[in-house]
Amino acid sequence: MALITVSSPHAHGPMSTATVMRLVLLATLPGVFALTYFFGFGTLTNILFAALLALGMEAAILKIRKRPIGFYLNDGSALVTAILLGIALPPASPWWILAVGILFSIVFAKHLYGGMGYNPFNPAMVGYVVLLISFPVQMTSWVAPIGNFDGSVLGPIDALVRTFSASSVDAVTAATPLDVLKQNNSLLIEDLWASNSQFGSLAGVGWEWANVGFLLGGLFLLYKRVFTWHAPISMLIALTLLSAIFYDGGSSASGGSPMFHLFSGATMLGAFFIVTDPVTSAVSNKGRIIYGACIGVLIYLIRVWGNYPDAVAFSVLLMNFAAPLLDHYTQPRTYGHKKKTLQKETD
Amino acid sequence: MRKIFDIHGGVHPPENKVQSLSRGIESAGIPPVLVHPLSQHIGAPATPIVEVGQRVLKGQMIADAKGFVSAPVHASSSGTVSTIEHREIPHPSGLLARCIVIDTDGKDEWIELDPVEDYTALEKADLLHRIRDAGIAGMGGAGFPSAVKLSTRDDVVIDTLIINGTECEPYITADDILMRERADQIIAGVKILQHLIQPTKQTLIGVEDNKPEGIAALRAAAEGSNIEVVVFPTKYPSGGEKQLIQILTGREVPSGGLPADIGVVCQNIGTTVAIHRAVQYGEPLISRITTVTGEACSAPGNFEVLLGTPVDYLLKLGGFQQDQCIRLVMGGPMMGFTLRDTAVPVVKTTNCLLAPTQKELPPPPPAQACIRCGMCAEACPVSLLPQQMYWFARGKEYEKLEEHNLFDCIECGACSYACPSNIPLVQYYRASKAEIRKQQQEKVKSEHAKARFEARQIRIEREEAEKEARRKARQEAAKKKAAAGKDPIKAAQAKAAPAADPAQAAIEKAMAKRSGNAPEETNEEKLARLKKAVETAEKRLESATAKLKEAEAADAPNLGALQTAHERMTEKFAKAKEELQQFEQASTEAPSTGDPAADAIARAQAARAKNADKSPREKAEEQVASLEKRLSKSEQKLAEAKESGSETAEVLEQSTAKLRDKLDAARAELAQLSESEAPVAAAASTNDPAQLAIEKAMAAREAAAKLSPEDKAKKALESLEARVEKTRTKLAEAEESGADTVDVLRDTLAKLEDKLAEARKEAGVEG
Ligand code: SF4
Ligand code: SF4
Repeated sequence: MALITVSSPHAHGPMSTATVMRLVLLATLPGVFALTYFFGFGTLTNILFAALLALGMEAAILKIRKRPIGFYLNDGSALVTAILLGIALPPASPWWILAVGILFSIVFAKHLYGGMGYNPFNPAMVGYVVLLISFPVQMTSWVAPIGNFDGSVLGPIDALVRTFSASSVDAVTAATPLDVLKQNNSLLIEDLWASNSQFGSLAGVGWEWANVGFLLGGLFLLYKRVFTWHAPISMLIALTLLSAIFYDGGSSASGGSPMFHLFSGATMLGAFFIVTDPVTSAVSNKGRIIYGACIGVLIYLIRVWGNYPDAVAFSVLLMNFAAPLLDHYTQPRTYGHKKKTLQKETD
Repeated sequence: MRKIFDIHGGVHPPENKVQSLSRGIESAGIPPVLVHPLSQHIGAPATPIVEVGQRVLKGQMIADAKGFVSAPVHASSSGTVSTIEHREIPHPSGLLARCIVIDTDGKDEWIELDPVEDYTALEKADLLHRIRDAGIAGMGGAGFPSAVKLSTRDDVVIDTLIINGTECEPYITADDILMRERADQIIAGVKILQHLIQPTKQTLIGVEDNKPEGIAALRAAAEGSNIEVVVFPTKYPSGGEKQLIQILTGREVPSGGLPADIGVVCQNIGTTVAIHRAVQYGEPLISRITTVTGEACSAPGNFEVLLGTPVDYLLKLGGFQQDQCIRLVMGGPMMGFTLRDTAVPVVKTTNCLLAPTQKELPPPPPAQACIRCGMCAEACPVSLLPQQMYWFARGKEYEKLEEHNLFDCIECGACSYACPSNIPLVQYYRASKAEIRKQQQEKVKSEHAKARFEARQIRIEREEAEKEARRKARQEAAKKKAAAGKDPIKAAQAKAAPAADPAQAAIEKAMAKRSGNAPEETNEEKLARLKKAVETAEKRLESATAKLKEAEAADAPNLGALQTAHERMTEKFAKAKEELQQFEQASTEAPSTGDPAADAIARAQAARAKNADKSPREKAEEQVASLEKRLSKSEQKLAEAKESGSETAEVLEQSTAKLRDKLDAARAELAQLSESEAPVAAAASTNDPAQLAIEKAMAAREAAAKLSPEDKAKKALESLEARVEKTRTKLAEAEESGADTVDVLRDTLAKLEDKLAEARKEAGVEG
């Protein structure tokens, strides 16, 4: 009788890496839906082309690296990177922007560091930052949300056309609310709100709903135990605290209300889809709390005092640097040991 | 309500316990053949005490425990011993080991038992003896001999006795059914344990909350006693001994330590029943409850199985369908191991046979890259960082692994279970542990070799120096002799002067050095001291043995170090004993004359006389011969151990290697001696340190005789000062290095200081 001999445990939990990735993709849906509703089909074309490019580049580089292509493509990590980048880029970005972004995400940030699991920096954020620095004009021209101009948002065809020839379809672009707030130095927040049609009830029109969408997706992932609460929640708390401290009741120098910060820009996307990237974050729970909180603080600092209107990408990359250090200093105390692992070390 | 503590991590695999609980305990009956492995427990395998062809009765001891950490084996039914041979036994490694095979006769005839009416009247040692003789070893899965676990040292206060009824592994229900059906026996066993351990604070039975019926039965049976049944939430691996202790008491067993270190003794619930039966009825451990389950079994259930029953016989009772099963697990799905063959027997630790279908427990898919998700760390009950350990294990960074407390890993498999990338983490840890152990052993070996080499170098140098010194001393002595025209020894005896005399001191010092003694000690004192030294050495040896044994049982990482320590202790003990003997002999040979100098000289002469007729070469030859004998013995043992797949094989291998090295060294020495035989023989008369010391002392005294009393005092003072200084530095060194000579040195120093003070006073009065 042929009995196999395998090492224990013989049972395995329900979670697999592919499942994790699928759940993450699923969780982006509400946010993507909100973005599409308010800003048109540009986000979807972004996602579509980013995904195709990512899969193609991943397959190519796997082939060059002589790795089993199907096996690795199946883990879904390239897809997740592509979709996050697609969401983060201005809707209906030109194809070459997407191509450069994916090239840097997949090839440079991921595979040149050894591939899945070995990359110290979040690939999507690397791609984003490279683009932001290289093509600041394209990267900051965000289409205006629905209701802010006459006519409708980009339809699927328009979005496609715009992707392939940036000049032929002129979408109405507008400064994002974070931009507006940053440029402001004369109006009280209240007046600013009133005089700009970009502002909605919580934050910016469209932006607030996109953030709500990503928040919902994030809560779903939390419920599914795809990640722990530590990093995202501590990031949101840090951001809330800082913005509350510096709100000063809404003067013209105010940094904006906590609500505004929580529901503007890439806050929720960052908190639940970027900061939680397991590969590039700190590992222990304590480490993740510090990691998340530092990102929250950095986001606020860069948004209010830095040169870039949104700051999630920079903050995350900065903390990616620090993650190994955090891991080193936040090792848990092992059962039966008095001291932490680190304290026994001689180095 | 009692406070329940939580453990870190843990996972919640599907329990799958109901399948085997639909029926009560059923007897598995008597199989035609029983296979009793000699090693069903942690520790040394038992030694067979029956012969092939011999008829044995049910409950008859057929193999006796060998050594302290061991357990005997009993025939589980009557029949004839058909063979004693190597067979495959249930062990993760799929080892072959010696087994006693019995053809049963179906009569199931009991041997005469020796029940105890009132165990409370028994001495602790007697009770332990009964438990040991009954062959009881932890039935939860580890199989540690219970008597060993229960023999706590007298100076350790145990305040909590914990009975482990957690059974946290999925599928297994052996303890559950035992609680439901035999709660009375469990409680009776716990009471015996209470009597034995005398826990000063509490006796707790820990059960997970997924066994409501078992809990109710236990509570009913424990009614009116001071045994508390504590229920806590189900979570794997709450049933690990350390985890259970944490859940119930909030205390953590120190890393590398034992539960007794924090006042806890822990026993499995099945073991308590075995202890009850052993004490109350005199029945040895010959059967156990085993769960047969899994979807490839059409009639899952719990069976009371005679130990030694072949697995296939038992599986048949559970309706096992071979064609549906490619993986057969002994134990649970989390920590059990796969069997290669269904012919292996049920042993003392077999709590479950799990025959899953492929669908139920699919073969593991290929591992994907680690995504650093941290789910493994989240699941680890020991708060390790499995993911980091995985990287280090892959990179073979063993130091880092140890820094990350690899050896605290209980191999529970929670991390592997949780890992979304299907990485067989535990496998990596097991392999790394084995590798580290191997390296440690090798390191110990090479360190020994180095130490031996260095010691040899030093000895050679010293011998050179001594030769030179002797030559000088001889010349001088000859001169003096010619001048005095007297036999120096007699002169020395006649002139035996007060202790302040430097020559006298030198003699004593030489004598003292010879026997590793402090100066100025009367015979009685010395005898007492030597006796005490023997005692301490014995005690230390005992404690080292105990520690070693524990470490072996617990598979501790410091095993190698402990072994060396143990060996050192053994040597020390032997040396101390020898010294005592020598001294006793010497004192009878040369009765004390009251004069220490004369005594010392007499002793020295006696010792010399004893050794004089043995040339170094003869000595070396003797040593080689004795080493050869020891080596062949230990090689034989090693072969046996290897054959039987015993756990001691490793240890034996080490000690054999050591012996071999020693023998090589001895042989080399002998060869050298043979080469230099002629000169050695020529120098034989002066080759003796005692002679040398005497000569030196004589010379010194001669010189001293020429000095004025003042000068003498001054010289004595100086020499004393020098000695005090020297002793001080030695003491400081010893203290720094934690050597065990510290005490002796301290004594010596104190005495010397007294003497110095006296001498100073005298000198002061005189000056
Ligand atoms: S659970 Fe697996 S994939 Fe996740 S960090 Fe641990 S080893 Fe890596
Ligand atoms: S097997 Fe070891 S590392 Fe993994 S969870 Fe259990 S104790 Fe932790």
